[in-house]
Amino acid sequence: MPATDPDAPLPPLSLTVPEPEVRPGGQPDFSHVVIPRAGTVRRPEVDADPEAIRDLAFTIIRVLNREGEAVGPWAEALDQTPEDLLTGLRHMMTLRIYDARMLNAQRQQKTSFYMQHLGEEAISCGFQRALAPGDMNFPTYRQAGLLIAAGYPVSLMMNQVFGNAEDPMRGRQLPVMYSSKEHGFFTISGNLATQYIQAVGWAMASAISGDRRIAAAWIGDGSTAESDFHAALVFASTYKAPVVLNVVNNQWAISTFQGIARGGSGTFAARGLGFGIPSLRVDGNDYLAVMAVARWAAERARRNLGPTMIEYVTYRAGGHSTSDDPSAYRPAEESNAWPLGDPILRLKNHLIALGVWSDERHAQTEAEILATITAEQKRAEAIGTLHHGQHPSHADMFRDVYAEMPPHLLKQRHEAGF
Amino acid sequence: MARMTMIEAIRDALDVAMGQDPGVVVFGEDVGYFGGVFRCTAGLQAKYGKTRCFDTPINESGIVGAGIGMAAYGLKPVVEIQFADYVYPAYDQIVSEAARLRYRSAGQFTCPMVIRMPTGGGIFGGQTHSQSPEALFTHVTGLKTVVPSNPQDAKGLLLSAIADPDPVIFLEPKRLYNGPFDGHHDRPVAPWKTHELAEVPEGVHTVPLGRAALRRAGQAVTVLTYGTMVHVALAATAESGVDAEVIDLRTLLPLDMETIVTSVRKTGRCMVLHEATLTSGFGAELAALVQAECFWHLEAPIRRVTGWDTPYPHTHEWSYFPGPARVAEALRQLVEVD
Repeated sequence: MPATDPDAPLPPLSLTVPEPEVRPGGQPDFSHVVIPRAGTVRRPEVDADPEAIRDLAFTIIRVLNREGEAVGPWAEALDQTPEDLLTGLRHMMTLRIYDARMLNAQRQQKTSFYMQHLGEEAISCGFQRALAPGDMNFPTYRQAGLLIAAGYPVSLMMNQVFGNAEDPMRGRQLPVMYSSKEHGFFTISGNLATQYIQAVGWAMASAISGDRRIAAAWIGDGSTAESDFHAALVFASTYKAPVVLNVVNNQWAISTFQGIARGGSGTFAARGLGFGIPSLRVDGNDYLAVMAVARWAAERARRNLGPTMIEYVTYRAGGHSTSDDPSAYRPAEESNAWPLGDPILRLKNHLIALGVWSDERHAQTEAEILATITAEQKRAEAIGTLHHGQHPSHADMFRDVYAEMPPHLLKQRHEAGF
Repeated sequence: MARMTMIEAIRDALDVAMGQDPGVVVFGEDVGYFGGVFRCTAGLQAKYGKTRCFDTPINESGIVGAGIGMAAYGLKPVVEIQFADYVYPAYDQIVSEAARLRYRSAGQFTCPMVIRMPTGGGIFGGQTHSQSPEALFTHVTGLKTVVPSNPQDAKGLLLSAIADPDPVIFLEPKRLYNGPFDGHHDRPVAPWKTHELAEVPEGVHTVPLGRAALRRAGQAVTVLTYGTMVHVALAATAESGVDAEVIDLRTLLPLDMETIVTSVRKTGRCMVLHEATLTSGFGAELAALVQAECFWHLEAPIRRVTGWDTPYPHTHEWSYFPGPARVAEALRQLVEVD
């Protein structure tokens, strides 16, 4: 081998810009997504040394196998009844049907904007089952399942989306930016990642106060690149805040594939390891796995063991929002090629395998939910939609800027004629 | 009553608030064990424990973001940004979050938080320890912005800010921490102990937000100012021989329009004076409000005296700072306009 000439110039530098495996026109390929068989990933004790469970940030915890059976240690740790699971199935079906109706309403110009959950229903619906009254979610715009699973009325969600006279947000917020303190659902910002550190602060406050409540932070794969994600991890780690740090990796941040935010790190869950935060990676399309991992993390928080990071591996089957057309940047068939399947179908098959469900009952339930939601929608539309019917008073535009309206704002309100 | 420096007055206010309400928590960079780089929180951790007063990672967005979460929970965070110049990483949290929680959640979630930060120049701090960013906050609806000019007000305004149900930006002119600085940088440093406004009432003492204070009554011209420049204005008034009425605004938002309008209608002339840069500064808002409310009483154009539109320089500090000579000259010119 010839010796390298130490004086020879190095080749010029070149910039690396990661690219997804395929673009429109290409053949969808998820062969790079390594998927362990269901039931094969161990379940450590919640007080396990974080250093001893670093491997869980690089695998995928799965419970439901291809036959619809719940298998392995994470399944064994769950103590839910078939009725609990039927409730979970109902939550997911409700969310999907609600989404379809609202998406359609947006196309009919009854509202300006909508964001659906298609393919991601198990994550928010399943996670909420691990929380108790008084706990607080700091959600993004794709976790409405938290509200549905917490029993928030769909009619109020619709009123918000339509910005009508019964909108709890008084016509101030973009559609889907819900808020319900009573249901443990913090007001959605729309700015990304800001709520992540707020969840940590809320959890710190609970600990400072000697309370028993815990917080859950939510973020998408793309927004983990924001500085506030780092802020949240360092604060959560330093103060051992009772918080669950959720990362929903749905592969796409609008048109940007997850590799742009992830960089050279193997997984998003691995981000937590540098902070000494136990970090798990879970099949986000597996309702039971989501619930099992959420309970593990919530228990850690409640036992004052500190934060847990969870990466949900899933796929955003729909567009980012109604303003987005995914066919411009990814193959249209990619959604069907996603190897983790559909969360509703998988839970349905499990319930059928348990002998407590059937295709007929499923179809019947679907029809019932659709009828209920359609009826609610009619009621909501009768109150008003974005451009028709009754809306909150324009005087509401000036309220709640401050607890007490300062003179300059009062003057402007009078000038505006409200 | 006790004579205090502004640092002691701020610490006293925090002590009173923490003693009164177990929900008051104080945190920031170097704030806990050490008691802050300006010593405003000295002794609080020892007295109230480290879950009520603690050090944070160097992450301003984290400090404010965590504070917002705590405020939404029901605590009363009083956070310190080590220098106002360091607040920018937290700006998104302040503008998009703290200022809007109440509005966007229709009152479900609120943010009763105080964000304290040393502001202004006069200490040879260069561009990263001297800025006056108040206009960046007064422009954001949902926030209140406060700038005390003396120990008595510092305590009273801080206690009002902590009691306030909404987020308050509390800017502490750092050159005033240890004495009333009138801009004569070449003279011996004056201590607070001989100043009457260093008399700070013990225990609970509040100064309401939104009320200005008349520091000198006069007939010839109204000077609208706040923070360090209050003392500069008083010195310049004495040195110029112009009978100026000096108004210390104390709270920039909400603004005490009644005091301002009454004074300008009386004097017919108005100077707006601040350390911050000129363009789109808070002085522009003051000038606009004064012309709208007092146009037919004005005998001369409103005059703005401010820092120059340059980054805050180091060596050139005293050429940048709107000191008493510049203010006095402007006062003389202002009263000469027919």
